[in-house]
Amino acid sequence: MSDRTMSDRTKSEPLLKVSGLQAWYGESHALHGVDFEVRAGEVVTLLGRNGAGKTTTLKCAMGMAPRREGSIRFDGAETIALPSDKIARRGVALCPEERGVFASLTVLENLLLPPKIAPGGLSLDEIYELFPNLRERSTSMGGKLSGGEQQMLAIGRILRTGARLLMLDEPTEGLAPIIVKQIGAAIRRLKPRGFTVLLVEQNFRWASGLADRFYVMEHGRVIDAFAAAELPENMDKLHAYLGV
Amino acid sequence: MTHALPSSQPTAARPKPAEFLAFAVLAALLAVAPLAIYPFFLATALCFALFAAAFNLLVGYSGLLSFGHALFFGGAAYVAAQAAKVWAWPPELALIAATAFAGALGLGVGALSIRRQGIYFSMITLALAQMGYFLALQAPLTHGEDGIQGVPRGKLLGLLPLSDDRAMYYFVLALFLAGLLAIHRIVHSPFGAALKAIRENESRAISLGYSVDAYKRVAFGLSAALAGLAGGAKALVTQSATLTDMHWTMSGEVILMVLLGGMGTMTGPVIGAIFVMAIPEVLNRIGGPNFSQWMTVIQGAIFVICVLAFRRGLIGELAARARRTL
Repeated sequence: MSDRTMSDRTKSEPLLKVSGLQAWYGESHALHGVDFEVRAGEVVTLLGRNGAGKTTTLKCAMGMAPRREGSIRFDGAETIALPSDKIARRGVALCPEERGVFASLTVLENLLLPPKIAPGGLSLDEIYELFPNLRERSTSMGGKLSGGEQQMLAIGRILRTGARLLMLDEPTEGLAPIIVKQIGAAIRRLKPRGFTVLLVEQNFRWASGLADRFYVMEHGRVIDAFAAAELPENMDKLHAYLGV
Repeated sequence: MTHALPSSQPTAARPKPAEFLAFAVLAALLAVAPLAIYPFFLATALCFALFAAAFNLLVGYSGLLSFGHALFFGGAAYVAAQAAKVWAWPPELALIAATAFAGALGLGVGALSIRRQGIYFSMITLALAQMGYFLALQAPLTHGEDGIQGVPRGKLLGLLPLSDDRAMYYFVLALFLAGLLAIHRIVHSPFGAALKAIRENESRAISLGYSVDAYKRVAFGLSAALAGLAGGAKALVTQSATLTDMHWTMSGEVILMVLLGGMGTMTGPVIGAIFVMAIPEVLNRIGGPNFSQWMTVIQGAIFVICVLAFRRGLIGELAARARRTL
């Protein structure tokens, strides 16, 4: 496929490179120049307080923020001006905070719905293996699922398509600890499969066990970055940033 | 746009005994209905039922409330009437022409109107339909207020004369059932699943990689084509094509039929259409022609009751009670 040759050509470049990203919602200026990058195969987490611009950053990368400027390069190509469906077809997938499970479709239909864009996605069986609850409920309507099951479905749904960058927005929000654990285990198992994960998460304790690197956002900018190994010496700083 | 359609995806094959049962019961009832009810009335009612089912494909499954579907129904009626009467085409060719005309028109109207959403979408479809109405009123081809009268029904495939009302009815019944099956197939295909997803959460469907405009255009075209088949059949049944079929009140009536029967259900629009068609007949029987002047008032009252008391429509409410799709 052409994207394979493209990724060979641009091996030195990160899979996702965001630079000088600005975004607006009407009059309100949400992002003031966000810079970060995600290399292929990494799990990267965006940290920050509410309103720091984390979700907006993901929406920009998905082409969903109404007005955006700057540069978002995915797999060596500029995507800042592309519509959302074109970005999806290049291999970017977003699991939004509100999950967006289709209530009038069954679990199976929800899983089968996203178009396959490239080889390399998980099979249905592999998805069911990650989230056994989904197999049991495959004929249930999306609207009848519990919050945890909806989250599993929302994540499972983007694994089949062959998208290489998975962006997960607060996947653990409001879920029972056992489900949070299950989702963490699933993400850990995705990494060796070649998926790259960009995570937005409030639950720092959970994210710290998963991510390779962290970026901290505040007031629409990235203000700090460190690798997982540097976490212990940066804990005080991090507490100050996040107010935890 | 073909790249946007998921070609290789099987949708969950869900056995729906209730749905098949409903379809079989409906078909059986309609097959024996001419024994009790005047076939001409039944054939006309089935044309409207198919029209309502086609409209439901758009509003019920794609969430697009077109307020201009009379354009396709009425426009196709003119095409069928013109083809059968002036060009002396056999009925099957006249219907194919009517369907193709409405489908092509639908793709065009769809391409223009889906650029806007909600009320603006409805207003654009209404405006375009009104343009069609005035064309039909003014153009020499459509004969203004007179419409095209005395359309011959001809012989089906050159063999079966449709001049007999009963033969005409069974031909319309076959068209109607085929139309309904086609809609069922569309709704339960991967394409249909994508339509439902778009109806539910458009931005989510886009970000999953769907070019939703392409889907909406195709849905609009399919709905218009089926509405055209209904309109063409109606022209043959009533042997005329008139302005009434293109008037905006026709667009309103089909909304009433679908709402009354149950939006997004398979059999609802059919029941709704037959119900709406039967009201004036019943009123006529009870109180004579004077009484039927109250038609619009009664329709209005039914509409209000429907929206207030059972918003899912007759079948929609039943289906919800039985927790099944009907």
